[in-house]
Amino acid sequence: MDLPAPLADFFARRGWSLHPHQVEMLARADAPSLLLIAPTGGGKTLAGFLPTLADLAEGGHAGLHTLYVSPLKALANDIKRNLRTPIEEAGLPIRVEDRTGDTSQTQRRRQRADPPHILLTTPESLALMVSYPDAARTFAGLKRVIVDEIHALADSKRGDQLMLALSRLQTLSPGLRRVGLSATVDDPAVIAHYLARHPDPCPILLADSGPAPDIDILPTTHAPPWAGAGGRYAIPDVLAEVKRHRTTLIFHNTRAQAEIFFHNLWLANEDDLPIGIHHGALSREARQRVEAAMVAGALRAIVATGSLDLGIDWGDVDLVIQVGAPKKVKQLVQRIGRANHRYNAPSKARLVPANRFEVVECVAALEAVRAGELDGDLRLDGPRDVLCQHIACVACAGDFVANELLAEVRTVGPYAGLTRAAFDECLDFVATGGYALRAYDRYQRLKERAPGIWGLRDPRSARQIRMNLGTIIDTDTLKVRFKGRGGFPLGEIEEGFANTLSAGDTFLMGGQVVRFENMREMTVEVSPNPSKEPRIATYIGYKWTTSVQLADRIQRILHEGDFSGFPDHTREWLDLQVERSRMPEPGRLLIETFPRDGRHHICLYGFAGRNAHQTLALLITKGMEEAGLEPLTFVCTDYAALITGLKPVPQVARFLAHDGLHEALESWLKGNAVMKRTFRNAAIIAGLIDRNFPGKRSSGRQATFSSDILYDTLHRFDPGHLMLRITEEEAMRGHIDFGRVELLLETVGDRIDQVDTGRVTPLAAPMFLERGIVPIRGRAEGRLMEEEAARLMADAGLAPD
Amino acid sequence: MGNGHAFTFAGERLVARPSGALYWPAAALLVVSDLHLGKSERMARRGGSLLPPYETRDTLDRLDVDLAATDPARVISLGDAFDDMDAADNLAADVRDRLACLVGARDWTWITGNHDPAPTGLGGVAADGVTCGRVTFRHIATTGAGPEISGHYHPKASLSVRGRPVSRPCFLRDDDRLILPAYGTYTGGLRSRDPVLSALMGAGARAILAGVPMVEIPMPR
Repeated sequence: MDLPAPLADFFARRGWSLHPHQVEMLARADAPSLLLIAPTGGGKTLAGFLPTLADLAEGGHAGLHTLYVSPLKALANDIKRNLRTPIEEAGLPIRVEDRTGDTSQTQRRRQRADPPHILLTTPESLALMVSYPDAARTFAGLKRVIVDEIHALADSKRGDQLMLALSRLQTLSPGLRRVGLSATVDDPAVIAHYLARHPDPCPILLADSGPAPDIDILPTTHAPPWAGAGGRYAIPDVLAEVKRHRTTLIFHNTRAQAEIFFHNLWLANEDDLPIGIHHGALSREARQRVEAAMVAGALRAIVATGSLDLGIDWGDVDLVIQVGAPKKVKQLVQRIGRANHRYNAPSKARLVPANRFEVVECVAALEAVRAGELDGDLRLDGPRDVLCQHIACVACAGDFVANELLAEVRTVGPYAGLTRAAFDECLDFVATGGYALRAYDRYQRLKERAPGIWGLRDPRSARQIRMNLGTIIDTDTLKVRFKGRGGFPLGEIEEGFANTLSAGDTFLMGGQVVRFENMREMTVEVSPNPSKEPRIATYIGYKWTTSVQLADRIQRILHEGDFSGFPDHTREWLDLQVERSRMPEPGRLLIETFPRDGRHHICLYGFAGRNAHQTLALLITKGMEEAGLEPLTFVCTDYAALITGLKPVPQVARFLAHDGLHEALESWLKGNAVMKRTFRNAAIIAGLIDRNFPGKRSSGRQATFSSDILYDTLHRFDPGHLMLRITEEEAMRGHIDFGRVELLLETVGDRIDQVDTGRVTPLAAPMFLERGIVPIRGRAEGRLMEEEAARLMADAGLAPD
Repeated sequence: MGNGHAFTFAGERLVARPSGALYWPAAALLVVSDLHLGKSERMARRGGSLLPPYETRDTLDRLDVDLAATDPARVISLGDAFDDMDAADNLAADVRDRLACLVGARDWTWITGNHDPAPTGLGGVAADGVTCGRVTFRHIATTGAGPEISGHYHPKASLSVRGRPVSRPCFLRDDDRLILPAYGTYTGGLRSRDPVLSALMGAGARAILAGVPMVEIPMPR
């Protein structure tokens, strides 16, 4: 395909010439599927849209031509802005619109009836469009679909949901061509397989990868703390960098850390430099204000989280600062890509480790980037909870033929191996709940109208199904707004956090300190309170885990003992570890035990990945509970597990006896908190638990109950139920790693070194900051409850009865 | 399960049981509230989620345990025994027989609730409220005349253990009123901090957390 004259003229006027991979994309416009892998700043998005622009330049196409799907709402906004320039200046007859969770109801209805030529959307919004009876009409003329940042989608259930939706679109518009845009990844073939219609071929186009980034650890005036998060110690140095550069992006791993850092940055900002904050828990208005200011070049810095992570073109950014260790090398590379967003110009990034262990992590990540080693694991076994949701979604659009739907689902790479029986179980679950007990006629969501033809029993249930589409499981959140009529919306906080607030408590929201007033229905009302020190807010936010590859590299660095590449403070800190305890060693298992704050702690350095450590911790705490050693909690990272209890544990190794490990673990797993969490997520996605109800009453809380109750009830009365099997499948894939544990224990044998260090060690200190602490419901918790109750009664002056 | 938490209310010695039932030994009386039998059936009937249809059996299993442990002459169900009147009619035959058996063996009172405002047709006596000694039993707490024992609100309360809240269904009590937690398997809770409960309960109110161990704390508000 050639570039049409108006576009060619536009490029010529601008003095632009196409990159080779952009030309190639145009030439291969007819490929049924094509994956483009290009570095950030390589004009990837334009490459994806060029065939569309060329096709539409002549005019004459009615209805939807190209669908663009990205994992982020902000990205859709950004692309709309970027497409406007060539379309307007080349005078192309093309209408572009976006459709995300932020789009109004009226606009959405109009888009379905009269779609634009190019629609920019997210996987969730697309699933919703597919669920409407008019989907066949909306998508009838669709020619192309562009999946941006497909590498980010491909390792999540959002990607599975998207690919299932695409299989639907392919049926509605058989000539549909797929384009995937990806940053540099380890194994492009896996992503290409994910993108293409199975069993079509999955060709890949690799662009030139550009110059190496300029990336290093930011030298700071003060040494990082032993244990700490958020990088507050580095504020003067970060501020100095902001002054030295045009625009700086400052990334944090969690929203809470971003808020605290932003607050402290403001306090230190004596020159009143314009600095903004951007994260996913802020209201849409707040986010859009910052985005607009950024585009207008009005900001010198933005403190941000993953909500700004992917591919957004912020133009003039010349420095990226990453606070806290980048937990995945892939993520680091993408964040670096934000700086100097021009092809063939090196990007500049500085890392600010939040504590001394993170210095080690940062050094390891830098080595990996220089070695060109990326990480990230991709799944190719389609999760069945997502399939259940997809079946319900398809049913909302109208009656369907089960055989045809199965054939369609099998065109999705990860589901290519789906058996008839596995599909039927999902269909039965969506239709009747899939229970062994078939007592009630009314237990029917789908009805088999004729043999093999299924549809909703009650069309009104479509509304509820639509309200619960999506695979992102956030913690329950409450909206936060200023008290008073028409109070200004600020964002969201976790319900669990909201429930710990009493009137007068203060916390950070959108960079300001606010005072909790009350909770009205599902909204937290606050008032501004600039004077007081805030309590720390916990927000929903990603819990990044270090990749297994990075954990390996860290262990190697620690063991080799060459710390010359480290700053003095970290070298001294590592030397202290050797002095007080010892370094973990490949082939051996180091276990440290020490008391702290009236509790006893066990720290195991397995370097076997978070899932394996979780399994290991479950095993040990099970043994401890049985031996009356009163374990309380555990928390895991990819390099270690920290177990906390009320009593010292002299010989941890006895709980790691290899015999019967698998069986012991399996029976124990059924009742533990990790499995219940897994069940909850899968049950929400599969549609067993609704997150949203139409016209939710304010007393709705009374009517909803914990998913743990459903889990326990199913175990007692219907242990073979599909939801429990899906939970096990998910656990084996995501949370429980038997294989790694068995390998570790075999490798280690009896070479287990338990060191009673008497106090917390340098390597163990950062473990106390980890999120995702798993409680153990045992005797220890009961004892603490009794103590706490007695204390509260005494404080209140109430006599026990 | 433990034996429960004994306390004095309106001059009477009562026992809050870990299951959420209330036992009055001197009156040989067991009180349960908000069984919400047939909840999953009602949700399915209304086009909602298809929840595991086992909560009625599970609730009755637990009730069996309480009845066996206390052997009461009299049982009061404090209302919302059924998720709605149709749920009472749609009980599976075996569950219905089982329930009729329980009801027939004792002096059984169904206090009507907002979900089940009429007699159930399962035996026993239906009433808006009953009085036993000085104490009135009704579904929804009133302000004013006490002492009374009620249900309806499904109260729950949380206690902070090592900085993390442990939340449980609870009994709420002050000098004049006692509110029972919901007994049914599929029942959620209303936090004691909710303005409705805070307004209802007097100063010095306490919460007894159900489950094991049972602990009593000042009512969180």
